[in-house]
This record gives sequence, C-alpha cells and structure tokens, in this order.
Amino acid sequence: MRATKVRAAVDTAIGITNLRFAYPDGVQALRGVDLTIAAGEKVALLGPNGVGKTTLLLHLNGILRGKGEIHIMGERLNNGNLKHIRAQVGLVFENPDDQLFSPTVFDDVAFGPLYMGLPKDEVLERVRLALEQVGMAGFEERLPHHLSLGQKKRIAIATVLSMSPAILALDEPFSSLDPSARRELMRLLQRLPQTMIVSTHHISIIRHLFPRTVVMDDGRVVADGETEAILADAALLEAHGLEVF
Amino acid sequence: MSIGVRLIERYQAGSSLIHNTDARLKLLLTLAYIFAATLTPVGHWLAFGLLAAPLAVAVAASRLPALLVLRRSALALPFIVVAVPLLFTKEGDTLFTLQPFGWTASEEGLTAVLSILTKSWLSVVAAIILTATTPALELLRAMRGLGVPRILVATVSFMYRYLFVIAEEAQRLLRARDCRSARLEGRRCGVSVWWRARVLGHMVGSLFLRSYERSERVYAAMQARGYDGELRLLWDRAWRLTEMVVAVALVLYMAGVQVYARY
Repeated sequence: MRATKVRAAVDTAIGITNLRFAYPDGVQALRGVDLTIAAGEKVALLGPNGVGKTTLLLHLNGILRGKGEIHIMGERLNNGNLKHIRAQVGLVFENPDDQLFSPTVFDDVAFGPLYMGLPKDEVLERVRLALEQVGMAGFEERLPHHLSLGQKKRIAIATVLSMSPAILALDEPFSSLDPSARRELMRLLQRLPQTMIVSTHHISIIRHLFPRTVVMDDGRVVADGETEAILADAALLEAHGLEVF
Repeated sequence: MSIGVRLIERYQAGSSLIHNTDARLKLLLTLAYIFAATLTPVGHWLAFGLLAAPLAVAVAASRLPALLVLRRSALALPFIVVAVPLLFTKEGDTLFTLQPFGWTASEEGLTAVLSILTKSWLSVVAAIILTATTPALELLRAMRGLGVPRILVATVSFMYRYLFVIAEEAQRLLRARDCRSARLEGRRCGVSVWWRARVLGHMVGSLFLRSYERSERVYAAMQARGYDGELRLLWDRAWRLTEMVVAVALVLYMAGVQVYARY
C-alpha cells in the first residue's frame, strides 16, 4: 500500500521532538528538547550562556544535525530538503561579522536570492526592499566591515529578509547594542510579520516584544508559557540563573 | 575541540624516546636529514633506501601510528605535479610518446621525477616526525635556543597562535554561506560554478582584510603591554651526552651515505 503523504498542519511553523545533540568533544549541548511554535508566533528564548540556545537555533536550518525530529512548516528536515528548509528559516548569528562575508552590503544581501536562482529584476527588488525594511537603504555600496555594530546587525537581518523566509531565528540580536540602536532593532522586529524565535537576555525587550517565552537550562526547555507569567515567577528565574525583578 | 584545532595541531601527545629527545637536537637532525635527502644523487635507489632506514626506526620508536604518518605524508604528492615536465624535457632513451603533442618521455626523465618524489616524501616524513613528537611551543624554544633570530621565532609563534583563530573565522564564514544557500521549488540553485568561485574568492579576500585589521589591533595591544620583540622563553635544559652521541652518529651515517652514493 502506498502511504499517503500527510502534511502536518501548516499553522505549526516549528515542531521539535526530543532533540538531542553532542558536540564532537563530547559536550552534551541538547538533552531532549521539545518545542512547538505556531506560524506567526513571536517567541523569546531565555537562558544563561552555554545552556544550548545557539545550538538549538543552529538546528532549525540543519547546520547542526542532532538526534530527534525537526519539522519546519510541516516538512520534516532531512538530508534531501536541507536547502529547501534553508529558504524558509532565516538564521542570523549573534556576531554580524560571522554573517557578512561579501565585499559590499549589496553583494551580501543579494547572495541568498541570487543563489536561489531568482531573475535579476527580482533580486534587485528584494535587496532594495530588505534594506528598506531594516532602514539601511542607500548603504548598498558600503563595505560591511566599516559599519557600526548596530548597522551591521541590521544588514545581517537584511541578508536573510531578502530570501523572504517564513521563520526568523535570531541569536542575541540585542547584545552589545547601544540604547538607540536597540530601540531601532526593536521597532524593526515589531514590524516584521515572520514567525520569530529570538534568544536574548534583555527582560524588558522580551516583555515588550514577545508574548511567549521559552526558558532553557542545561540543554532542556525548563519553562514555556506566557511571558508575563514566566517573568513573574521569581523562583523559576532564580533557579535558572536569570535576572529577577 | 574545534575544527581549526583538529586541522592545524600536529603534535601527538606521547612519552616515547623520540618525544623526550631534546627539541633542539630533533630540529637540527631533521634539517640535516632534509639536506641529505636533497643532496642524494638522482636515481641512486640504494642510497635512498639507506636514508629511509633511520626514518623507519624513528617512526617505530616514536610509537606514532604508521597510518597517521602515511596519511600526513600525502602532503608530498603535489610536488610530483611540479616535477612532471622533467619527464618530457630530459634527453634520453624514449619510453613513450604523448601523441597529440608529440612529446617524448625519456627513461632519464622518469628517474628524475621519481627521485624528486622520493626526496620530497622522505623530507616530509622527517618533518612529520618532528612536528608530531614536539609541541609547537617546544619547537619555538628550540629555535630560540639554537640562536634563530628572534624576529623569525616571533613570526612563527604568531603564525601558530593565530592560525587557529583564522581557521575558526573561515569556518564561521563558510557556515554563514551555507545558511543562505537555499533552493526554491522548481528553480535551479547555485547560479554557476564561476559565480560560486567568485563568492569564495570574495570570502578569502574578506578573511585577509579581517586578519590584517586584527594584526593591527593585536600589535597595538602588544605595544600597550611593552612588547619589544623578544618572546620571554626560558631554556632550562642542558645538552645530554647520550643524545649528542646518537645525533653525531646519525649525522656521520648520513654523510657516509652521501660519500657512498657519490664515489
């Protein structure tokens, strides 16, 4: 009998079941993560340094491959659809210098759409739109390594926006930004319609931007729920080494 | 352990006789050996065999896995590409003719190519034994202990220190590229080999720029701490008589092989 291809409901953007991962040196970074995020949700990923937040994000587009299941927009991630999944998940690294590898801002933002084989007109349009979205229109010919950190972070986000992903996975986008750059980035994230999973330590930003918060510790999800309820739970935050208000 | 460390770190921890030998002696002997291998007359296979013998003994005594040594020694293979033209340019008995070009390969040419390959392979194996049994820092101390100019020692030491940093940076750039190398349903991805090669070229360029800018920051930080060009390393090991005797014997052996091969 031929199995009918059943697609999980597409209103689940990210589905992770029992994800485990160990780095080659033996460090067990993920010890069984379960997480479901609905399409359009904006979720904060909270937890001290070194508990596996970045490792988890690197799994969403298959850069790291652990044991367990990952579904992106109803499709199970496997070797055959890696590149297809990468078109759907825009992953932005904490350090924009890791993200930007081209000589000019334009080249970097255009890399994704060009690689996907889009026609030239559409590439130009997408680059223009992505830079406009992040408020960096007019920076096309600038050299990435001569921009300020806040500008680089916004360009880094533009490099994935130009691929029009359904999901944005941002690793510490607010770290080492000055207050005004942080405000601008907050406004940007507020405007974007994508499903979002964002790791950050800034409680005030989480309160402002993300209705749902996932707390990680020691390779596991230790709390998952409404942001207000989680931030009000002083005992929980203290137990996992987080700021208590 | 990051990929950078795995790529670059050559030292294999151990406590064998070779590991414990004075690094200065190992360095000198390796250099002497490379000279001997290079000076051996072309096509003198017995002499090459006599030179290979102490190398085999050293590999055995160092308890390095033979497979590891063999795998690393593949580094010598690219030299053959440089040597191949000799096959056709040397005058001598015809072996075969490469038809479309009308190039004639000679027996003498073949001997020359094989000799060059043997020489480079022996030299590379000697260097592998040195680097696999001597920690990099120890090697730097040995260079300083032997009176190598401090600017050279400092250059090598920085190269060693920052290779790891740069290898990791390169790895992160590649990862960023892979993240955005996506495919759309029904579209051919990747543009063309030429385009991808150009992107890679840009990445190499940006890696160079970053390394250059980093070097300026590092230099400023060093000056801030009073760097004057001298790495403060202490050499506290005395020359040991038995080691010296063995080293002198080895040098005499290599000289003997040279004399034998020539006269």
